[in-house]
Amino acid sequence: MIIDLPRFVAAERAYWDELHAVLAKMETEPERRLPLAEIERLHYLYERCSSDLSRLDTFATEPRLRAFLESLVSRAYSEIHETRAPMKIRWKSAVLAFPRAFRRHPGAFQLAVGVTLLGCAFGWFALRVDPRNKAILLPFSQLLVPPSERVAQEESGKDDRLKGIKASFAAQLMTHNTQVTVMAMALGVTFGAGTLILLFYNGVILGAVATDYIAGGQGVFLAGWLLPHGSIEIPAILLGGQAGFILAGAMIGWGDRTPRARRLRAVSADLVAIVAGAAVLLIWAGIVESFVSQYHQPVIPYGLKIAFGLCELAALSFFLGWVGRE
Amino acid sequence: MSPARGTSLTIETPEGVEFSYDLASPATRALAWIVDAAAIVGLSKGAGKACEWLAKLNPDWGTAIAVILYFAISVGYGIVLEWRWHGQTLGKRVVGLRVVDAQGLRLQLSQVILRNLLRLVDILPAVYLVGGLACFFSRNCQRLGDLAAGTIVARLRTPEAPDLEQVAPAKYNSLLAYPHLAARLRSLASAEAVAIAVRAVSRRDGYDPLARIELFGELAEYFQGLVQFPEAAREGLTDEQYVRSVLRVIYGGGRR
Repeated sequence: MIIDLPRFVAAERAYWDELHAVLAKMETEPERRLPLAEIERLHYLYERCSSDLSRLDTFATEPRLRAFLESLVSRAYSEIHETRAPMKIRWKSAVLAFPRAFRRHPGAFQLAVGVTLLGCAFGWFALRVDPRNKAILLPFSQLLVPPSERVAQEESGKDDRLKGIKASFAAQLMTHNTQVTVMAMALGVTFGAGTLILLFYNGVILGAVATDYIAGGQGVFLAGWLLPHGSIEIPAILLGGQAGFILAGAMIGWGDRTPRARRLRAVSADLVAIVAGAAVLLIWAGIVESFVSQYHQPVIPYGLKIAFGLCELAALSFFLGWVGRE
Repeated sequence: MSPARGTSLTIETPEGVEFSYDLASPATRALAWIVDAAAIVGLSKGAGKACEWLAKLNPDWGTAIAVILYFAISVGYGIVLEWRWHGQTLGKRVVGLRVVDAQGLRLQLSQVILRNLLRLVDILPAVYLVGGLACFFSRNCQRLGDLAAGTIVARLRTPEAPDLEQVAPAKYNSLLAYPHLAARLRSLASAEAVAIAVRAVSRRDGYDPLARIELFGELAEYFQGLVQFPEAAREGLTDEQYVRSVLRVIYGGGRR
């Protein structure tokens, strides 16, 4: 029990100041590895301050001293008891973290693909039942034109309609698609309901467009138009959906008795790796959509565009499926 | 039903020592957000001006870079600052808040990124309505981003040792003539009452004279109710002097 607080403060102050100095150094130089002697000293100082803090519990003191010691003990606690390796930005490990995180959660990706396909089937069904649904399902004006009319326009166009706005168009595509992907992940916090709705809606639009063009006999144009950027953009949004379902799984915790906070903690690095990887893919997709996809035969032959899109898809599949396997 | 919202989060270490964080209220967090929103607008305007200059050379690339910079600033502002400034943005620095790990461990980069990306949901449908409601109903005042990332926003405390001489200068103290009663007083006085007494003594010159007499009268009555010192020890002491003597007993020191 503390009888004389000023004497207690005077006796312990040197240890508190030393711990404060050690922690400040550790916080400003997080990469620095402490030698064994310094680790032992840090542990001793932490235990001494913890002991001082518990001694204060037996004493009716004013809150400032307690707050001062709590601040020291909490900072030292976080340094000593942290078992997760600090997330460092190293290019090689950052690149490998993406496919590894993707492969750790195959069920979530399959669910994202399944929901999107279900949306596609709904889009197909809605257009087959009544073609007038096109006006409701497709929010973009250029898609409301009959496919044959649009193909004729695109193929006969002598002027470059994106001349002088290609870079800004690409930038808008990149930022918009990245927002959609991040949103697909973030909506996982609604126990997956938001992610499910977003992916289903995306699938409905995709299914309706595909049905419209294929039914209009413009399947080759559709493949040549969508594949160069879509082979990257659509998987990237599916990856956002995968991250959303991983988050939802951690929120719900079916059959998992560990506390929710611990489940979320366990997946947070994977969520970041997947979303960051998807964002990088969308930068590429934005460039391709603006500089390649909008140019059709005779400027770029459809066969070349389709082959390019399939090569991209194969490369992405290889990267996600095999790169970084241990 | 959601648990009651607390004002602090207590963490018990494996050594059995407890420390706590004062949780930031939705109002203080809103203040910090206003400062951050102003900083984001300022940075975006600055980037816009720089891009206008670039657009004179190439309008297309000027617009493209402006679009990308605006996006990068609005998404990256919180991530970069909270990571570089150990859980603080400009707004949190001004208001005195810090993002910390909800288990008291070191804040990780993945946590910072996740809580900032989930702003997209927290901000819906406008002005952080979803995040504000989540904050209001969660026990630790966490918005959805905090829940997913395992973080809380805590109020910063000023880590200073108390200035005992200011509140109870060392001098003759008649209560110390009875060490057994003084020890009893130390063990019985509550931390809250002592804190109130310290604040009352520190600010005594700012009180209205009548209020000052009444306040110290109530405090003296409380301390006398805990331990009855003999009449000789209290002789000639006003209520205010008695409270200061009590504080000196509690904090130690002084002369018999």
